[in-house]
Amino acid sequence: MSQQDLKNFEYKCCRNYESDYKYVGKPYQRKDAIEKATGQAEYTFDMELPGMLYAKALHSPHARARIVSIDTSRAEALFGVKAVLTGEESDIVVGLYMQDKLAIAKGETRYQGEVVAAVTATTEAIAERAISLIEVEYEVLEPVRNVDEALEAKTLVHENIAEIKHVEGVFFPQPNTNIASLNKSRKGSLDDGFAEADVVVENEFSLPAVAHVPLETHVAIVQADPFTDKIKIWSSAQSPFALRQLMAVSFGINESDIEVHIPYVGGAFGGKAGIHLEPLLALLSKKSGGAPVKLRLTREQEFSFMPTRAGMRGRIKTGAKKDGSLTAIDIVYDWDSGAYADYGVNVGKTAVYGGLGPYEVDNAAIISNTIYTNKVFSTAYRGFGHLETMWTVERQMDILSQKLGIDPYEFRMKNMLKPGGHTMSGELMTESTGNPGECLTAVVKEIGWTGRKTDEEREREWKTGKVRGKGFAMLQKAPAMPPNTSSSVIMQMAGDGHVKVMIGAIDYGQGALTSIAQIAAQELDIPVEMVEVVRRTNTENNPYDWNTVASKFMFMGGNATIQASRKMVDTMKNIAAQVLHSAPEYLDHGDGYIFSKHRPDRRVSYKEMALGYMYPDGTSVGGPLISHGVCIADGLSNLDPETGEGHPALAWTFGAHAVELEVDVETGVIDIIKIASAFDLGQVISEQMVYSQIIGGVMQGVGSAILEGYKFSPDNVLLNPSFTDNKIPTIKDMPLEVVPIYIENKQKNGPFGARGVAEHPMISVPSAIGNALYDALGINYYHLPLTPENVALGIISGEKDIR
Amino acid sequence: MSHTDDNKACAMHTAHVREAHARRVLLEMTVNGECIVEEVDPNMLLLHFLRDTLKLFGAKEACGEGECGACTIILNGKTVNSCLVLAIEAQGGDILTVEGLSKDGELSILQQEFIKEDALQCGFCTPGMLMSARSLLDRHPDPTDEEIKEGMGGNLCRCTGYQQIFDAIKRAAKREREELNRS
Repeated sequence: MSQQDLKNFEYKCCRNYESDYKYVGKPYQRKDAIEKATGQAEYTFDMELPGMLYAKALHSPHARARIVSIDTSRAEALFGVKAVLTGEESDIVVGLYMQDKLAIAKGETRYQGEVVAAVTATTEAIAERAISLIEVEYEVLEPVRNVDEALEAKTLVHENIAEIKHVEGVFFPQPNTNIASLNKSRKGSLDDGFAEADVVVENEFSLPAVAHVPLETHVAIVQADPFTDKIKIWSSAQSPFALRQLMAVSFGINESDIEVHIPYVGGAFGGKAGIHLEPLLALLSKKSGGAPVKLRLTREQEFSFMPTRAGMRGRIKTGAKKDGSLTAIDIVYDWDSGAYADYGVNVGKTAVYGGLGPYEVDNAAIISNTIYTNKVFSTAYRGFGHLETMWTVERQMDILSQKLGIDPYEFRMKNMLKPGGHTMSGELMTESTGNPGECLTAVVKEIGWTGRKTDEEREREWKTGKVRGKGFAMLQKAPAMPPNTSSSVIMQMAGDGHVKVMIGAIDYGQGALTSIAQIAAQELDIPVEMVEVVRRTNTENNPYDWNTVASKFMFMGGNATIQASRKMVDTMKNIAAQVLHSAPEYLDHGDGYIFSKHRPDRRVSYKEMALGYMYPDGTSVGGPLISHGVCIADGLSNLDPETGEGHPALAWTFGAHAVELEVDVETGVIDIIKIASAFDLGQVISEQMVYSQIIGGVMQGVGSAILEGYKFSPDNVLLNPSFTDNKIPTIKDMPLEVVPIYIENKQKNGPFGARGVAEHPMISVPSAIGNALYDALGINYYHLPLTPENVALGIISGEKDIR
Repeated sequence: MSHTDDNKACAMHTAHVREAHARRVLLEMTVNGECIVEEVDPNMLLLHFLRDTLKLFGAKEACGEGECGACTIILNGKTVNSCLVLAIEAQGGDILTVEGLSKDGELSILQQEFIKEDALQCGFCTPGMLMSARSLLDRHPDPTDEEIKEGMGGNLCRCTGYQQIFDAIKRAAKREREELNRS
């Protein structure tokens, strides 16, 4: 695209957005806003149940140790203590894709923070005191500190790696190593690709582990009947049905024996997907005579005991011709997954098809190692590996364009995926799969990009003490999920014509309650105010949904809602046909009525049919209006273990960020002046929810870019488990301006053409900031976070590459 | 545990409870305009008094060390992190929590603007945010951008990215000033 094309390109910025639909696409007030703005919203954290006991856990202070002995006698003797549990009493194994974790450590601890004993008591204070009375003798062992030590395999974090039960054919644990899974993909020939290249650039990028930091720490209440298999769970969790299934597998019981109730959830971001405190609490409850047992984590425990986003190292070698066309990309991603695989191993797998960036290149290979170390373990975090892989790819693309002397916008556009092209796993791009190039063009235009600074311009600005720079980066992400992932909804109409929709997903702030209501309102053609999505999802009443993760619910739950709405309309047409002495095919629906297409004054209101239609003489037909809708992932398949070929993506949401920033050359402080963020989301479903997801996601990306990161001692003890030392952005870190841009190339099988956009705003924000930092300073940074300290040290070093 | 051990534990516990009971203090204060009289442990935190004794669950505990602001309430006209204050320090005091923001069944302007601007997502930080914002507008009816950032700098939110909170406070300030001029 030429500069002239750039000038002519038009796009829709958030608040100027206009929807073509009556309800879909419009901004509506968040359905749960009033409860949340008045303090009424009830979280698991707030819950008390009759006869409830409080749990506390004792955490290992060592990264790797043998448990020699545990003396619980003093804790047991304390008045008010109901049960004390150690690993000797349980063999319950927990795991998502790999069954590698005990509910409570036995014999050995694998990370500082792992639970070695737990108690229940009548008050939290007694439980706390009891914990302090437990004496554990450890034999401290040398930890596996990082991925390099892990790859040497002198010490194995899991001696039994070959025997760990796992999802076969999808994950590949390597015997006698610390590699929980080795996944790979390849296409074309790297040898040919690099032979064709005029320029070959090889770099290493890295970023540390980062915490999700939901404001509500992990908390759960579990009641496990000691006489039967029944278990009741109330939890601050993302996925009631996945939790139920994982509990059933761990405890060897039926899913129908388990109830999971999810009240409001105070933030999650991937960290509350899967299963966490619940198995431990079930064991404690059983031992406490079946009383409900509550455990809420302190902030320190949230940092050190609950899983994180994995630290990652990306090694990338890229070849290109002088004209800027890519010839080969060779990448190795090493994920420091810590002591257990959890969702981390699926993040690793996702990197082999999502970790290339939205580029067309004939010759490419990706190896992704999910690696065990003696650190707090890793799990899903907003972006599911793509923030990390894009830190590697999009910094590399910028550096490559520097070496080639080509404008980074032109360079990316030249290699951009387009209809007719193929993704890393061989999926064909069509008009229906979205347009990454339009996203880049929009953001580049929005920040007024005219090309990189010259050295002279930098020098001149340097003298003022503050230097400005601009940069941008691409992003892409598809939901990472099993090919048979499914969602369902149940829709019921009340006697007054108002509609209730039951979903199996959770609204933990992303806005599902609001957007699903808009979809139902659109399809039924009734005001959004007349549709309520049932809150507090539980497995007893709500219909199944795999997980509330992966930015997939709007797509799948949305399609299920459309289906349920249409079925309800069909049912009403059948009833109305009797009432109007007509036939369903002659009828249409709108504004709360079924009416004759030809003579709209012949009509019956939804309300009249809601509980069954009653004729004037009292005779009645129909019945309560109820319908359901389902959605199963369309056309997905597992990946070939060798080549990575297959269809992993329900929907690729492409996007781009562009940043303008200012750096203080003395202090290294980065002030973000503007971030433009564009996503090809197909169709805006709920403008207010999309806007808020983008603003919030961008800020989380800024946190990863310039603030956040775990620090460990040489003994692998977490050094910064508090908000004092592990900061997240405050209102003072807010960019001066964030401009969300909606690109709408509809996906033909999406609801109204929509794709998910929940995680995407976070991805590539660090890459764009890193690229803008180069524009400002002429220095390439390779490691996150770009804290003032790290930026300033880079400047002082006088080096141009801060490796 | 043997029966004798049990008796010993019980006796120790009884002594402990007696001592604790003797230390209890009569606490009088006003909470959201209502007179409160309760007997409390002198080491009870104000946050726990509000939540566990008065059952006002609006104020949240998200760090317990005064770093996140989720437990912010207004005590005698000033915001405090109620996780850092003992209940007895509020003796005779006047407390406002999120539950006291709405009046006569109507949401306050600040709450209305938080809702309108979508200044909340998961909602867990919201009660604290609202109290810090209330105090900010009491001190600065027409706050500058910097005053908003300074006033809200102690409240962490992981969901919103703060922009909507910032916008809601600006709009609420304007509406409150207009309201004041009208009356």
